[in-house]
Amino acid sequence: MAHEIVERNRDLSALVLAGIPARGVALAERLAADIEAIAQARVATGVIDVSMHRDDVGMRVSLPVVRASQLPKPLEERTVVIVDDVLFTGRTCRAAMDAIRSFGRPACLQLAALVDRGHRDLPIRADFVGKNLPTARAEQVRVRLAEVDQEPDGVWLLKANE
Amino acid sequence: MNSSILRWTRKDLLGLRELSAEEINFVLETADAFKQVGTREVKKVPALLGKTLINLFIEPSTRTRTSFELAAKRLSADIVNISAATSSLTKGETLKDTARVLEANHADIIVLRHSSAGAPQFLASRIGASVINAGDGAHEHPTQGLLDLYTIREKKGRVAGLHIAIIGDILFSRVARSNIFALLKMGARVTLVGPSTLVPREFEQLGVAVSHQLDEVLPTADVVNLLRIQHERQRKEYFPGLGEYIRLFGLTKARAVLLKPDCLIMHPGPINRGVEIDSELADGVQSVILDQVTNGLAVRMAVLYLCAGIATP
Amino acid sequence: MSTLIRNGRIIDPANGRDEIGDLLIRDDRIGEKSKSKPEEIDATGLIVSPGLIDIHVHFREPGFGWKETIESGARAAAAGGFTTVVCMPNTSPAADSPSTIAWIKGRAAEVACVRVLPTGAISKNLAGEELAPIASLAQAGVVAITDDGHCVQNNELMRRAVEYARMVGVPVLDHCQDYNLVGNGLVHEGYWSTLLGLPGWPAAGEEAIVARNIILAELCDHRIHCQHVSSAGSVRLLREARARGVKVSGEVCPHHIALTDESIQNFDTNFKMNPPLRTQRDIDALLEGIADGTLDILASDHAPHAKFEKEVEFDRAPFGIVGLETELSLFIDLLVHRQKTIGLPRLIEMLTVMPARLLGLEAGTLSLGAAADITLIDPELAWTVDAGSFQSASRNTPFHDWKLKGRAVRTIVGGKTVWQLG
Repeated sequence: MAHEIVERNRDLSALVLAGIPARGVALAERLAADIEAIAQARVATGVIDVSMHRDDVGMRVSLPVVRASQLPKPLEERTVVIVDDVLFTGRTCRAAMDAIRSFGRPACLQLAALVDRGHRDLPIRADFVGKNLPTARAEQVRVRLAEVDQEPDGVWLLKANE
Repeated sequence: MNSSILRWTRKDLLGLRELSAEEINFVLETADAFKQVGTREVKKVPALLGKTLINLFIEPSTRTRTSFELAAKRLSADIVNISAATSSLTKGETLKDTARVLEANHADIIVLRHSSAGAPQFLASRIGASVINAGDGAHEHPTQGLLDLYTIREKKGRVAGLHIAIIGDILFSRVARSNIFALLKMGARVTLVGPSTLVPREFEQLGVAVSHQLDEVLPTADVVNLLRIQHERQRKEYFPGLGEYIRLFGLTKARAVLLKPDCLIMHPGPINRGVEIDSELADGVQSVILDQVTNGLAVRMAVLYLCAGIATP
Repeated sequence: MSTLIRNGRIIDPANGRDEIGDLLIRDDRIGEKSKSKPEEIDATGLIVSPGLIDIHVHFREPGFGWKETIESGARAAAAGGFTTVVCMPNTSPAADSPSTIAWIKGRAAEVACVRVLPTGAISKNLAGEELAPIASLAQAGVVAITDDGHCVQNNELMRRAVEYARMVGVPVLDHCQDYNLVGNGLVHEGYWSTLLGLPGWPAAGEEAIVARNIILAELCDHRIHCQHVSSAGSVRLLREARARGVKVSGEVCPHHIALTDESIQNFDTNFKMNPPLRTQRDIDALLEGIADGTLDILASDHAPHAKFEKEVEFDRAPFGIVGLETELSLFIDLLVHRQKTIGLPRLIEMLTVMPARLLGLEAGTLSLGAAADITLIDPELAWTVDAGSFQSASRNTPFHDWKLKGRAVRTIVGGKTVWQLG
């Protein structure tokens, strides 16, 4: 994925890898490290917490913690790559694009997902995909990253009713 | 003491006495995220878009109401302000009926300030909307307690193990009570200071120390929180007047030299310059009074976001 | 027309009786022999008691009929096992004139299924400034004078009232509250009021007036009865005074031994009453007072309020709870079964002989020829309080859903059954 990002984006100094907590952030850091190894350039990273931009307020029984977002300023002239572990309905990505708007107006937005499992509810597609994984809607995809989950790296597909 | 719950489940914020330390930490961490919103280009998130918030301030207040109003606007909510004068409560409508009318108008959140202790509980048990207590009589003022806690945590890096002195009219203070509940849960040591008539020994049963000698307490404090002295006529049996109060309990410049250099000076506002606190001290380096205001916005955004986010049963 | 109550445990403290036996009612009196074959009531397993007397109820008429009427209050009394009740003068107009007393008595005669006896005011309009026409009130038929709901603060006025009452031979009852010490107190001044930021009602506010009354009772040589005693300090004062022979007495209400001030933390106005719920220490002292006879009368302070009046912010709600329909059960359950403070005979005595004696009433006994006012009690009957099915017009009780053991099952006034369980 790092290679693809480098190929697609000539000006790495204008790039921001913005991860969606928690695993997107870890992935963004890993990608930045890989890019540094490939292109000897350190790209900026950031955090986009989408909790404040969701469209299902008042419908949940409990809420998880919100993390502070953080993006470099200014965003104009920059390319922000949204980084997340799983791309599913596309709603999280939509919320992330919305969140980025309150920070400024980047020149270009791209999306990097470790796993694309299909079943989009919105017209959104990823620019960089680690693996395409066809799934049934009722199935679950779980990504585990060592630095976030204290488990070995892995992608798990859980069948329905498991 | 820094552990927090994994998820928030309350639709109301009625007081801090019933919150666990983990829940309080959760709110403070959420407030961190919302404080960041104040640094963005567009200081607005759509979290409460389409939601209606009613500021029902039966007891008047400009500061707290404005703070809630700003917090709600930054969350993209729609706001209606109702004060005692503009409400039909003056025409004899009961609080219960006022609430039902608001609900019929699809209010999602009601921020209530009322002179009767227990009024938010009363409301919350009768309507489906989220109820946020903005101060009920002398009982609690939970968002003030939270923002005071947030400010201490921000400036000192922790709360546990610190010594906080709360000074003034404690008996009639909801700010004092909310602070006491929150600080004790977070592992701080609390000393209340004031005249014995306004700081009775009974408070020791809550787990705090009581002192009537301000000069003895000041050198040991990491934070002093000064309460407003209310000089309505009801208090005349409790202390003989401002002159004597200032002599005994006012944070004068002379007294301030007793403070540790890194001691924080806090005040919920509005300040009576020259009464609770010398005018210069209020603006001095140790004063974090304005930080309290800024943090109040972040804390209230967090509280509104969390409580309104919970589905009503 | 005669009725035979068969095989019950007859507890008649006035006559030193506690035995299984039969009791005969002839017309409206306790009788000896019957000409005709009597109707029978099987009282196996039940206590046969003189009709119970509650000397502290509020029936709200004239003036506050939406809370309770004499008619509905009487039905509530009957459902609680009470055949005689004494109602308080804080009506509108206050019971400070013979015409109001006449109205109350007339109304009671028309609609009440139990005996309703009025008290008269100590001071005009209960304002504590001028004496009410106490002699005329006595002539009009009051059984005592009291400013209940209020309390005469001026000790000189109270002294003159007691002297005057002595001349007329009328007992004095007092709601002990020092207005200055109490201020706008809502709940017991203690840990909970401090924690919750509610204005406190200090025990000293009751004790100061109990002390006042002890001094005046001694000075004027006339009995003063302290209503709804709630604090340990009051019990101690009464005990010491009575040991010296001073003519003071005190009564206890069920809520003051069933609940503590811890119950107020949900701001439920059904726990708001005057005097307020106090601490476990106070409960222990009240129980001791009941056990050693310092407190020798039990009463309810039945204080009905409409739902809309109680369903408001805590500080705006009126003080008081209904009590007639839970009183006996709470006393049996708490005093006899749980705390074992007293036995059933003493309990009956405190609800019959003692109040009758205080007020000079011809009631509270099962003597031959006495009015056939009888209460049948099942001391083991387990039941759950359901406020929704109260006879009273009001439902303001903290005891809804309480599981209690012991209940009146039949109430007989003048030989006629006015209420029956089931």
